[in-house]
Amino acid sequence: MSTLSISGLNVYFSTEDGPLHALKDVGFDVPERRIVGIVGESGCGKSTLINAILGLLADNGDIRSGEIVFEGMRDLTKLSARGMQDLRGLRISTVFQDPMGALNPVLSVGRQMTNIQYRSGQSHSEKVARAIEMLKLVRIPDAENALARYPHQFSGGMKQRIAIAMALMMEPALLIADEPTTALDATLEVTTIELLKDLQEKIGCSVLFISHHLGVIAELCDDVVVMYAGEVVERGTVRDVFQRPSHPYTRRLLECDPARQTQRTRVLPTIPGEIPDLRARPAGCVFAARCLDRHDGCDQHQPERSVSGGHAVRCNLVGSRQTQGEQA
Amino acid sequence: MRSVRRLLREPLGVFGLALVLLVIFGAIFADLLTSWDPTRINPRDRFLGPSTDHLLGTDQLGRDLFARVLHGGRIALYVALVSTAISLAIGIVLGLIAGYGPRWLDNLLILLFDAMKSFPTVMLALALVTITGPSLTAVIVVVILVNVPGYARIVRTQTIAIKTSEFVTAAQSMGASTTRILRVHIMPNVIGPLVILASMDIPVVIAIEAGMSFLGLGVRPPTPSWGSILNDGFGQIRETPWIAIAGGLPIIITTLGFTFLGETLRDVFDPRLKGR
Repeated sequence: MSTLSISGLNVYFSTEDGPLHALKDVGFDVPERRIVGIVGESGCGKSTLINAILGLLADNGDIRSGEIVFEGMRDLTKLSARGMQDLRGLRISTVFQDPMGALNPVLSVGRQMTNIQYRSGQSHSEKVARAIEMLKLVRIPDAENALARYPHQFSGGMKQRIAIAMALMMEPALLIADEPTTALDATLEVTTIELLKDLQEKIGCSVLFISHHLGVIAELCDDVVVMYAGEVVERGTVRDVFQRPSHPYTRRLLECDPARQTQRTRVLPTIPGEIPDLRARPAGCVFAARCLDRHDGCDQHQPERSVSGGHAVRCNLVGSRQTQGEQA
Repeated sequence: MRSVRRLLREPLGVFGLALVLLVIFGAIFADLLTSWDPTRINPRDRFLGPSTDHLLGTDQLGRDLFARVLHGGRIALYVALVSTAISLAIGIVLGLIAGYGPRWLDNLLILLFDAMKSFPTVMLALALVTITGPSLTAVIVVVILVNVPGYARIVRTQTIAIKTSEFVTAAQSMGASTTRILRVHIMPNVIGPLVILASMDIPVVIAIEAGMSFLGLGVRPPTPSWGSILNDGFGQIRETPWIAIAGGLPIIITTLGFTFLGETLRDVFDPRLKGR
């Protein structure tokens, strides 16, 4: 059973210039006890996807079709606002990008960590004990005294660890991590990733990890979903996708990763062109306009094709060009 | 506690606190401090000057002015505290609704606040008293009508600034309800500056009460109020100035005390001035 199973998800935003098709036919699974990474450049729909899962889409956003099945039984798109609210924080929790802003500046950390347990029905001393336990788990030194301190008295990395502690406090089934290491420096990034992996194993939850940092995804995740302009262009295990990238976009993305550069260059490689206007989606492949391997077949609708078990891609070159992809 | 120590280091704050405590002390222990009845008329003792018997003299009806001033302090503080507390409560609720609620409601409330603000206080008082007749309640209602728009606007602005901050989004994504977000996250961010503002508004409230009572729109005779004492002495200010002084001095003491205290509180609690 998958913790989260998304299929055929279509999300539109109504704008003054007509509807904007933000997510198109998005589908992937977050299997139990696995870490799934979502990678893609800014504006590819990563945040819209999170908000759709959490039921927190902006007022002009609308899920037109598709299912988001949680723990095999509940379709989150059909759940009432109240039912969704009861899931958030208990079964599904979130860690955000900016550790500076995620904590309320005027309340002590202890107050916030006991506050967040308001649905547990425990006594105050039990909540405090739980908060201390969680702080120790995320390796905050002097956890007992840390409770009395305010967010500004902690460093950015510590604040992010406190946010992670708060997210995992109720032992959720699914943790959504929205670029949790983007605001941290490289050293902190590594320790935070290790901590996250450690905690995930301890608690036994699934993690949906959003990042644009390919190295982090490769390090942390079991599976990866590559998104482009609101579509899943390629998905599979990290090993499959990173070693045998089958979509031209994935290949270009990997080529642009500074960590994979073998030669010193003055200018880092980029993918020329821009994401298409989502108010007027191309009928065929979304990446066609920027693709080097473009041909006539690209103007037709691209169904998801299977490369091997669990490795799927939305590109009609799969099969014929696969060997070249391996060489690249 | 650090804030209290900082307050006690500021000479102006200590002075303000002393004046305020003096007024509060006088109001609470009025019955112990004087044996005179503030409303008993004594025609033989009219217009007596200050003496050991009548510390501040007597008025045109022979009533002891010291007793009237102390009991008038009760009225002034009662109006100030009750109306400020109610104004704060209404202002916070309306401000949160305007700041967090739908756009149209925000626009409607802002229109309402502006309309209320556009009335001069005296006009508002006159209009209300014409309908209800002069009473303490009328004074309190006028003060509330004058104060609420300002408080609500501050709460609204703060709410709008805070509701988009990441910790509110985080709380939302962790399943917090709207009331919970307002109560746990937005209120504590709003309440500090508001309380300081309210403490600085207290002298204004006391002046409104005195002013309305002076004009005969507030407390009804024979109940003592600083404003009505001032009015009693106003006619005879050349012959018996102590009546006007007895009414005016406590107003000056109280407003000065609260102003000094409020300003020092603001400086002490303003985070931008911290650590200076």
